[in-house]
Amino acid sequence: MSDAICLETPLTSGDVKRLRIGDRVLLSGVVYSARDAAHKRMVALLEAGAPLPIDLAGQVIYYVGPTPAKPGQAMGAAGPTSSYRMDAYAPLLMEKGLKGMIGKGARNPAVRQAMEKYRAVYFAAIGGAGALISRSIVLAEIVAYPELGTEAVRKMQVRDFPLIVANDSYGGDLYETGAKTYRIEEPCA
Amino acid sequence: MREIHVEDIARAVRDLCIRANTELGEDVTAAFERALKTEDSPIGKEILTRLIENADIARKERMAMCQDTGMAVVYLEIGQEVHITGGALEDAVNEGVRRGYRDGYLRKSLCDPITRENTGDNTPAMIHTELVAGEGFKLIVAPKGGGAENMSQVVMLSPSEGIEGVKNVVIQRVKTSGGKPCPPTIVGVGIGGTLEKAALLAKKALLRPVGSPHPDPGVDRLEKAWLDEINRLGIGPQGLGGRTTSLAVHINTMPCHIASIPVAVNLQCHSSRHKAAEL
Repeated sequence: MSDAICLETPLTSGDVKRLRIGDRVLLSGVVYSARDAAHKRMVALLEAGAPLPIDLAGQVIYYVGPTPAKPGQAMGAAGPTSSYRMDAYAPLLMEKGLKGMIGKGARNPAVRQAMEKYRAVYFAAIGGAGALISRSIVLAEIVAYPELGTEAVRKMQVRDFPLIVANDSYGGDLYETGAKTYRIEEPCA
Repeated sequence: MREIHVEDIARAVRDLCIRANTELGEDVTAAFERALKTEDSPIGKEILTRLIENADIARKERMAMCQDTGMAVVYLEIGQEVHITGGALEDAVNEGVRRGYRDGYLRKSLCDPITRENTGDNTPAMIHTELVAGEGFKLIVAPKGGGAENMSQVVMLSPSEGIEGVKNVVIQRVKTSGGKPCPPTIVGVGIGGTLEKAALLAKKALLRPVGSPHPDPGVDRLEKAWLDEINRLGIGPQGLGGRTTSLAVHINTMPCHIASIPVAVNLQCHSSRHKAAEL
């Protein structure tokens, strides 16, 4: 990925504005893991007016539930999970400062609108490439909800994590335009 | 009568859980290589290249290729001349899953459907047992991830809708699923039987080696035509656009009631994992 954009977290609105769908990114810095159960808890806290276990300002959440690390590994297999299951929670987290999300698969219109409104970006990681992505994660520690096991919130230090901008802060959606580009229509009889 | 001890069954299941999750079948990597030659999207090509690399790392480091190490779907073909000794068959299979997911550093992904509490050891296995003639004992472990399973479906069609109706269900399922089931996928299709038989036919269709022809030439033609149509959708690797939406369509059929056409579509992500052993 010689043409990739190198980015460091936390992300600023300026970082986000530079990104357009189809851009390849190598991301370094801290990202937080959270999936279904952790999202449900965090949004319940916000709705109750309680503080979150992590400060979301400028942060990036990675939708992942890793396998247990083997002895000597920082992280087990750690590919993305399907993002649509977090769609119900994502807009509120962006309102609270979240700048980036990493997952796989398309997002719903409410999430895409929130990305425009709050200047956030959605990156696609390669689903199923868990062993490969594990190499980009150099450190990981559980910072909230250890009882959730694989679904706990982890603070992960990543280096050159290969990503593709799937939704940008201008309403671009690579799932839509990508499929349109390569669709072969049947000729009319 | 041949005797098989439950401990031998547990050991075999343990080993198959680990091997299935760490060693991607050569039929799948060969399909990735073929797809690389026909894929036009640069992002699509890059994804396919990285998936080949990923499978290589997983195999060499004996590490799960995907973090979703799945539900353990276990198929047993037991000869009716076999006597199982030392305990219950189901317990032995679950013990094998427990050990495999612990010793292989695999993720425990099963929970109570209502309380959502994790069962802690990836049990219970989803066991399908078939009694066959003879004294053989065959096991297949096929870990099935949640992403592609969530995009699967059973529909009961009316006979008037015919094979064209079946095709529409299959194509529409793949189209609606987009990038969610982790394309390039393998599309398992069960046609016929009852509601539950159709689902099992579709799931079992996923065990056939990718790229192998269907033994029935008529069904083989359908598989190839539907795959061609699917790959015209443009969804591509990971749904980000491209020619490689699916690697194969596999159809299984059986007779059904004169009043219906049960159709099941079981999508399989590109981590098409299954390993077999015989005791």
